[in-house]
Amino acid sequence: MPIFDGKFTRRRVLQSGLVVGAGLAAPMVMRKRAWAETFRNDPGNNPNIVFGWNVPQTGPYADEGADELKAYQLAVKHLNGEGDGGLMNTMKPCSLKGNGVLGKKVTYVTGDTQTKSDAARASAKRMIEKDGVIMFSGGSSSGVAVAVQSLAQEMGVIFMCGLTHSNDTTGKDKKRYGFRHFFNAYMTGKALGPVLKEEMGTDRKAYHLTADYTWGWTQEESIKETTEAMGWKTVAAVRTPLGAGDFSQYITPVLNSGADVLILNHYGKDMVNSLTQAVQFGLKDKMVNGKKFEIIVPLFSRLMARGAGDAIKGILGTTNWNWSLQDEGSKAFVKSFGQEYGFPPSQAAQTCYVQALLYANACEMAGTFYPPEVIKALEDFQFDGMGNGPTLYRGADHQCFKQVLVVRGNENPSSQFDLLRVIKEVPASEVTYDPKIFGGELGPYKV
Amino acid sequence: MDAIVLQILNGLDKGGAYALIALGLTLIFGTLGVVNFAHGALFMLGAFCSVALQKLLTLSMKVKDPSVTFFDAYKQIPYLEIWLGDTGKAIIDYAVPLSILVAIPVMLLIGLAMERGLIRHFYKRSHAEQILVTFGLAIVLQEIVKHFFGANPVPVPAPATVAGSADVGALLGLGSSVIYPWWRLIYLGFSLVVIAIVFAFLQFTTFGMVVRAGMADREAVGLLGINIQRRFTIVFGIAAIVAGLAGVMYTPILPPDYHIGMDFLVLSFVVVVVGGMGSLPGAVTAGFLLGILQSFASMTEVKSLLPGIDQIIIYLVAVVILLVRPRGLLGRKGVMEG
Amino acid sequence: MQDNTPRNDLILFACFSIAVLAMPLWTAPFGADYPDLLQKFAIYGIFAIGFNILFGLTGYLSFGHAAFLGVGSYTAVWAFKLLTMNVLPAVLFGVIFAGIFAAAIGFLSLRRTGIYFSILTLAFAQMSYNLAYSVLTPLTNGETGLQLRGTDPRLLDSLLGVATPDGLPSPNLFGFELLGYPSFYFCAVMLIIAFYLALRITRSPFGTMLRAIKSNQNRLSYTGVNTRPYAMAAFVISGMYAGLAGSLLAVTDPLAGAERMQWTASGEVVLMTILGGAGTMLGPILGAGIIKYFENIFSAFNDATLHSIFGFLPHWLSDPLVAVLGLFVGDGWQLTLGALFMVIVIFLPGGLMEGATRLIQLTRRKRPDGGSSEDAAGSRRAFHAGE
Repeated sequence: MPIFDGKFTRRRVLQSGLVVGAGLAAPMVMRKRAWAETFRNDPGNNPNIVFGWNVPQTGPYADEGADELKAYQLAVKHLNGEGDGGLMNTMKPCSLKGNGVLGKKVTYVTGDTQTKSDAARASAKRMIEKDGVIMFSGGSSSGVAVAVQSLAQEMGVIFMCGLTHSNDTTGKDKKRYGFRHFFNAYMTGKALGPVLKEEMGTDRKAYHLTADYTWGWTQEESIKETTEAMGWKTVAAVRTPLGAGDFSQYITPVLNSGADVLILNHYGKDMVNSLTQAVQFGLKDKMVNGKKFEIIVPLFSRLMARGAGDAIKGILGTTNWNWSLQDEGSKAFVKSFGQEYGFPPSQAAQTCYVQALLYANACEMAGTFYPPEVIKALEDFQFDGMGNGPTLYRGADHQCFKQVLVVRGNENPSSQFDLLRVIKEVPASEVTYDPKIFGGELGPYKV
Repeated sequence: MDAIVLQILNGLDKGGAYALIALGLTLIFGTLGVVNFAHGALFMLGAFCSVALQKLLTLSMKVKDPSVTFFDAYKQIPYLEIWLGDTGKAIIDYAVPLSILVAIPVMLLIGLAMERGLIRHFYKRSHAEQILVTFGLAIVLQEIVKHFFGANPVPVPAPATVAGSADVGALLGLGSSVIYPWWRLIYLGFSLVVIAIVFAFLQFTTFGMVVRAGMADREAVGLLGINIQRRFTIVFGIAAIVAGLAGVMYTPILPPDYHIGMDFLVLSFVVVVVGGMGSLPGAVTAGFLLGILQSFASMTEVKSLLPGIDQIIIYLVAVVILLVRPRGLLGRKGVMEG
Repeated sequence: MQDNTPRNDLILFACFSIAVLAMPLWTAPFGADYPDLLQKFAIYGIFAIGFNILFGLTGYLSFGHAAFLGVGSYTAVWAFKLLTMNVLPAVLFGVIFAGIFAAAIGFLSLRRTGIYFSILTLAFAQMSYNLAYSVLTPLTNGETGLQLRGTDPRLLDSLLGVATPDGLPSPNLFGFELLGYPSFYFCAVMLIIAFYLALRITRSPFGTMLRAIKSNQNRLSYTGVNTRPYAMAAFVISGMYAGLAGSLLAVTDPLAGAERMQWTASGEVVLMTILGGAGTMLGPILGAGIIKYFENIFSAFNDATLHSIFGFLPHWLSDPLVAVLGLFVGDGWQLTLGALFMVIVIFLPGGLMEGATRLIQLTRRKRPDGGSSEDAAGSRRAFHAGE
């Protein structure tokens, strides 16, 4: 039959192509075999190693990115034995000696993610292909983190995530070469649940406004799961376009919906706008069903919350870390950062700083920069003294399990930085979950 | 019923904002024939007039928080409050309305400077080059603002007496759940007043007559020996003021950041074109139309019928109108069609 | 245009091909000699060439070309997922789907001219972007972007018994892995082909007809020529170029994100084309190169790099210098780009190519009129034809 003939010839062409291709690729494969441990950007005998700080320098998260960059620069200083050593003094167990990493001085390059997947990947590729980074880190959005993390896997260079809160980062999109210290939406739900129950009771009707993209959906799902389990009803869950600016057309229906809780699954600029506008609509002092109307912002960022001004007062939410914490690690970090830059670090700065140190520490533990060994050192690594209590870097999904902070917008701030008051430090055990619930595949150690 | 009333109110309010932003843009289009991609930047500069004034008024004595040792954390007490007591407090409270007074001369100056320094040399250049130069200018302006005010949004609250919501339901004899923020009602009123002033100015003054004649046929007016150049400069200044005022008044609704202009740029172009190039009534009509349709498209009932409709409604309406009416709602033949 | 003889075109094409293939060599002094940026130069060069076929020749200013780029990318990634990791089907389908999409949008948009046309294309592209980001997530994977997975069916590959590697497979050309420089050369060859086709189109009677649309569409209509099919053909061709660029983006990096379709991306290609010189052959490619260079290299400078550059200067001189220059690089790279737009358009009407032509004229007084200057002058006239 002619169809078969056609297929056959096409197949033959492909096969001969494969043979030619294999011939061309052979030298590379053989080289790989000859030195089993060659890996991309092996520093070899170079006295320096390069880290890549890939942060948003333009766009809506530019200030958060600037904060992250400051934290990284501080981390480099400390790793190289300059400054007061910061968290290297409080981290337990700590293999870092303050002489760089494995005796090599740490240098760094920077790049701009623009909070766009394409730009972030381009910037990361520049770091890997041109600047020869051994590890890169940063970012302020889950979309970017997931996109960059899959690049890390393809390229065989470890990526330590910055601020990313979506369940997907260490859930269905988890990668062997990607690690997340920041908490996620699921943990937010788990941590917030008991507090909500205590403060607002079990008979509540919730209305969700959700940023219409993956992070928003995972958060909506997680919060819904928690609140519905304790008896709340979900009146509606409305998706809002990213960057809508004016949310009034989504807020007006809340007024007549019979709901007595508004949950804003928004982050950054969207959160600032929707919260400001919801308060203008009088939702904060409204009475519905004989109860006081409440607004909840599950993920708070102090840097961004400043944009909402007085609107955040009294609003409940969660955060990864806050500078007012009084444990040894937090105090040490606030001291180093504050003395260096004259203001307190944000949660983004803290997670980035810790990530840099954790990677360096894992290299020291593994005794090599060879990524599969470093990854194994990071997996299931247990540590303390980094600001969130005893922490586990779980090997099954590369997610850190540590304290989650439930916070409330401060009614009477004692200073311009005192915006959030920590009302509960939820221990790691309460937010731990089975890695299987999100699925996903880490992928191989060797690429 | 209540929900419908609310959405209409909301649509009018949005429409007021859209119309106000589009008004200046279409004025520049119509008279100068310039595609001004820096119009969003003018809106942004207006918004930052009120940020700047607020910062100025709240220049504060810093009372250090003694519990924080590693950096300076302080409580801010504005000098105005210390010196003038309650009067000072009231002045600070009214920062946004006060910045209207500041924004008018500032925006006029910026507009004149822009026209004299840059735009004037581009009247005879291609639209493509106008786009490139004004887009470049917009980027430069927003980067300068970012340098001074950071990238995060800055809160600029409305005066306390109008920060809350009005019980519109009681006023209209409807249910008690029809409440609407005072400031948004003020914004609606404000935009109507500004639009009326601009129209009256163009309709009832000699200057306006010449400008309207210029919009209809620039060359003929030039041939009459009228110095159209000077009037163009002033028109540009007026457009800058209108855009700036739209920005000033919008700050309590949307805490401004340096990027806010770009967010409104595309929208304002859509409004202007849907209204019809060079038509002021067209821009205003289109503004209100799009505002109301956007409000209704966001209702849960509509969204459940047509998922995602609220995301695209503005563009969808634009496409339909432009396909049905070749020059938008009220556009004239030959303007920017080539 | 006595300069555009076939012989001159051949020389132009030969020089262009050599320059493109030798790019890793001559970009080294600028710090741009790494695969990803070179790939971007080639890909966005293709995008801009294609855009120029529409805008430079016919004068129709599309503000929604990024939609076709996005469709090309999504199609290519789906081809990788469903069919095979071989790049040829991905590129082919990317171009075809973008072409179909362009035909649909062009069919509606080309009913209008001038700014009405621009806004129609913008509206279509923004709708595509907004939907891809949200409700079309099953098809596009929304914010995260469409990615390859180990569990993808890859029917053709499994039919041919191509072994699946441990991790994710990489795009290949009949088994030859396209990563790094090989991937760049693949894009470079595509760029050369795209350039050649664009050259042929421009010089053909069809190209003359397109330029006639630009200089005076009414006159053409009066003589009984129906311009719609020509404009339509130009629109679809340029959409297919965008589709090619989009699928190449997926080839060099198998991930497609919605923001590729946003208006800023459409605006970028407009800026590239005008910056380089609309209507010229080389200008758009040059413009694309400059914008991508700023985005990737200028943004990566930080104070530490600046200090090491100016380390040879005494401190009292280098510190303020670094402080001032620091405003224009790193997080200030957009400021530099914006200022560059202004400077170029103020001092070089017609874009960079116009500037180059003038420079050549200054040095060689004997040949007063270069081809590209005539093109640019024509474009300026054309814009005012409708007013």
